[in-house]
Amino acid sequence: MQFRNHEVVGDILDLAERYRDEGADELVFYDITASPDGRTVDREWINRVAEILDIPFCVAGGIRTLKDAEEILNFGADKISVNSPALANPGLINELVRRFGSQCVVIGIDSREEDDSYRVYQYTGDPDKTKHSGRITADWVKEVQERGAGEIVLNCMNQDGVRNGYDLKQLSEIRAVCDVPLIASGGAGEMQHFADVFTVACADGGLAASVFHKAIIEIGDLKRFLKTQNVEIRI
Amino acid sequence: MSGSLAIIDGGGANIASLTFALQRLGVTAQLTTDKSAIARADKVILPGVGAAADAMTRLQHADLCQFIRDLKQPVLGICLGMQLMFDTSEEDDATCLGIIPGKATRFTPAPNRPVPHMGWNKVQQKSASPIFAGIEDNPYFYFVHSFALPISEDTIGSTDYGSEFTAVAESNNFVAAQFHPERSGAVGARFLKNFISNYN
Repeated sequence: MQFRNHEVVGDILDLAERYRDEGADELVFYDITASPDGRTVDREWINRVAEILDIPFCVAGGIRTLKDAEEILNFGADKISVNSPALANPGLINELVRRFGSQCVVIGIDSREEDDSYRVYQYTGDPDKTKHSGRITADWVKEVQERGAGEIVLNCMNQDGVRNGYDLKQLSEIRAVCDVPLIASGGAGEMQHFADVFTVACADGGLAASVFHKAIIEIGDLKRFLKTQNVEIRI
Repeated sequence: MSGSLAIIDGGGANIASLTFALQRLGVTAQLTTDKSAIARADKVILPGVGAAADAMTRLQHADLCQFIRDLKQPVLGICLGMQLMFDTSEEDDATCLGIIPGKATRFTPAPNRPVPHMGWNKVQQKSASPIFAGIEDNPYFYFVHSFALPISEDTIGSTDYGSEFTAVAESNNFVAAQFHPERSGAVGARFLKNFISNYN
């Protein structure tokens, strides 16, 4: 639900520069409408982003083939993030890992609590096409690791866009079965939420969009705050 | 900045971030497997993303192994390029170039220590080197790797990830970094700049 009514937040290069200068450790570029529409992201911009960024960045959206991934990486992205196409064809993960290495292959998972368990959703970019994938989140997390994924971004849908804090309970549960870097997504609304996700849920990274886009939190301020909370972080 | 720079084309994807980082420093690098072009360059970079055995196979096919060992100008190995400079890697039991003694071994995942080691970590300078000029001690660099070299007498920078490993090694005209300077912000840019203009 929270993906409804997307807002255009500004020119992609201006944003990339702004976040780089504020001290972001990594940027993720999503085209969340790519999968439901059956099209891939238009990739011309990746090269321009790579030209100006001196921090790592990841591109997500509609990556269905090795060729898609290769193009994105050759344009200068450091990682590719795959979500719905991996659910439709889990073997894609193995192929991507074999060709590009684990470190390039991020699996995005949209997960929501339902009937006392966490379940994986797909095509979440379009509310009309969003559907349950038939998978239990923890099982999928284990499977993608076995297939070689190098990082998992867990987007907790119940929390997404509402800025009430990360889903610490779910993230802690998934952390227990996740040996690769786990990036928390969905729910960040204030600086304490980031401190909690690192100290309580032991996530390796905290992903957020709206609080940064809307300048509710400035990244430099956030990192200085996290330092005071004994979170090990680059200032 | 003066001088020519060759990047050895190991065939992996993702050289763009390195060439763009050099471009931001005003350096145009030539991506090549051509021996005469590499031999002519003032500085050489051996990059690498992917698996050690594959990368060695590609260097062998290009007949570059002995050629790289014999290079006399400064050579910088980055990430997998670093590991290739050492004797062997546990990754697919690869035999590497053997320029610097040591064997890359795999990290074991542990709580709070996922593998791959992916993210920003501090590098402690173990001994002075022009490669660290203008860089204060314990700066953060960006790492992406599952294998690492132990500490040895060639270690000049170390990082703690459960235990200490070699983040920067130096042996004669070869210098090697486990992190990605091209993705390590201003500090990484300074590191590359040092290699280009401060390292002979």
